[in-house]
Amino acid sequence: MTEKKSLKRFASIFLASSLIVGALAACSSSEEGTSTNSGSSTGGGENSEVIKIGGNLELSGAVASYGSSIKQGAELAIEEINAAGGIDGKQVEFVPVDNKSENSEATNAAIKLATQDKVTAMIAPATSGNVIATAQIANQYKIPTVTASGTAPNVTENADGTINDFVFRTCFIDPFQGIVAANFATNELGAKNVAIYADNSSDYAKGLAASFKQQIEENGGTVVAEEAYVAKDTDFKSTLTRLKSANPEFIFIPGYYEEVGLIVKQARELGIEAPLMGADGWDSPTLVELAGAEALNNTFITNHYSAQDPDETIQGFVTAFESKYSESPNAFHALGYDTVYFIKDAIERAGSTDGEAIQKALAETKDLSLITGTFSVDEKHNPVKSATVLEYVDGNQQFNSKVNP
Amino acid sequence: MEWLQQLVNGISLGSIYALIALGYTMVYGIIKLINFAHGDVFMLGAFIGFYAIARWDLGFFPALIISMLLCAIIGVIIERVAYKRLRNATRIAALITAIGVSLLIEYTVIFFRGASPEAYPEVLPNTSISILGASISSQSIMILAVTIVLMILLQFIVHKTKIGKAMRAVSHDADAARLMGINVDNTISATFAIGSALAGAAGVIFGVYYTRIEPLMGVLPGLKAFVAAVLGGIGSIPGAMVGGLVLGVVETIVSALGYSLWRDAAAFVILILILILKPSGIFGKNAREKV
Repeated sequence: MTEKKSLKRFASIFLASSLIVGALAACSSSEEGTSTNSGSSTGGGENSEVIKIGGNLELSGAVASYGSSIKQGAELAIEEINAAGGIDGKQVEFVPVDNKSENSEATNAAIKLATQDKVTAMIAPATSGNVIATAQIANQYKIPTVTASGTAPNVTENADGTINDFVFRTCFIDPFQGIVAANFATNELGAKNVAIYADNSSDYAKGLAASFKQQIEENGGTVVAEEAYVAKDTDFKSTLTRLKSANPEFIFIPGYYEEVGLIVKQARELGIEAPLMGADGWDSPTLVELAGAEALNNTFITNHYSAQDPDETIQGFVTAFESKYSESPNAFHALGYDTVYFIKDAIERAGSTDGEAIQKALAETKDLSLITGTFSVDEKHNPVKSATVLEYVDGNQQFNSKVNP
Repeated sequence: MEWLQQLVNGISLGSIYALIALGYTMVYGIIKLINFAHGDVFMLGAFIGFYAIARWDLGFFPALIISMLLCAIIGVIIERVAYKRLRNATRIAALITAIGVSLLIEYTVIFFRGASPEAYPEVLPNTSISILGASISSQSIMILAVTIVLMILLQFIVHKTKIGKAMRAVSHDADAARLMGINVDNTISATFAIGSALAGAAGVIFGVYYTRIEPLMGVLPGLKAFVAAVLGGIGSIPGAMVGGLVLGVVETIVSALGYSLWRDAAAFVILILILILKPSGIFGKNAREKV
């Protein structure tokens, strides 16, 4: 009993002392913050010497590769901006925080960036669920928050139709890829009779299939067959045989690479020669292993960007990136890089580092030309931008074309 | 010629179910145990075959034989470690143990190599042959041929060899067989070895045919093969073959009619119907339950 008591006392002393130390540390850091803010009281500080941009990113955990890629891209952009004299003469400081790929940690990280670091703007997490977990904080502290790769429509638009005022994104939204695929099928491939084979267990795939269908019908095409599968299926031959007998000129297969790889392989084995197309869910080296390089010929995907795009600015970015990190930039690198420039553009047009002014500027963004496309922001805070169509040639992705919305 | 094509699809799928169902039915026939770990032996077979092909650069047939041998050994180990001491326990205790072994195998594999899928290398030439408008890949012909050869071999072992005779005797009446001087334990081990070897073969065939393998791949085919075994009459070897093929064709027909999302449900509706209408299955004997 006494032992327990003394343990308890020790624990409380320990806790109290650690609290004091923590509070002191917080004090000293906020003092530092205010001293550079030269007395300004608003978050971010209107007259501060540096502009702080927070990065609430998945640096560890399940999708660490997404967050780390965005961080690399963002750091390259900030390095370039600072070398060119900063934003309105102020240097930019990047404050990355690891949200461990978890919703609750993403909220905590957003609170830390808003209250302790007092950032001017934040780069929101990479995955849609984590972005949603930070939306309320962004709105509450009026800190403009931009996600590089959260593609779900409900990141910016709530279920009741209201908009998350301070949340924006650099990437296009899921249904848009369906529209791009439909336009590509009609305009580039001249397909009239198309089929859809969608993953029925994923909202992402169902959303893509619905928007593809709507757009292809608007384009005057006909959906001659519509079939579905569920994740983890392995035998697609019977459904593919059924699709084949409908004689489509083009098959749209929204889904993830694990099943798509098998579908492509089995479709070619059954003698389906029609072009097959998917979206960014296909983008994985495993797809090539599963389907085989030969079967993947005459298949296309929509993606955010391609490192093989011959465009000069893109090639400039690719060279700069490769010299800094000695690897070829992927779509997440490019989106992270663009997100920083998106924020920079808004701060410059706002002419201040006030959250509401930047928010307004972000919402009014027009014809901003970045690596992943030229875009304007629509009333739902989604960028209206082009998507890149890639073609698989002997197992390698090749740049095919850019499709504008 | 869509229907001919669908029939080919169904038979390819069904022959894999049949190979797995054989192991279920043999084990059930001899010790009245539904060996739920059987689907996981199938998964281990697929991975052994994968490593044999991808890491040791072996061809299809050496990989098939290595996988069958190792799976036979694994099957015997499972029987000796987990099931032997439960031979006189209640059937529910043995059944629960089987589920435990199944989970143990699945998560041991995940522990050592993670849950990510693996793509089978292409070991068999894959050209499509067009017969009457149906496109049949050379792989599916090869797989069907291997399956038929294995089934004939099994029939030969069960009906023409001494161990087969012992297996039939033990399955008929284990006590009487022991009185006749048959080593019951060894016979049961031999049954597990043969059944697991067939599951290993099915694993390699599955890998070559469907490309993607992963640690939980045995769960659904295992359950489907169980349905196939019940459909054919559990305990009956020809029943497992016919049950597997029928199930494969039925699933294919369900997809072919445009109800692909109902395919898995169809298999289990069959199970329910069989259990209600004819619990002994197509080939099952209406044997009196021995008490």
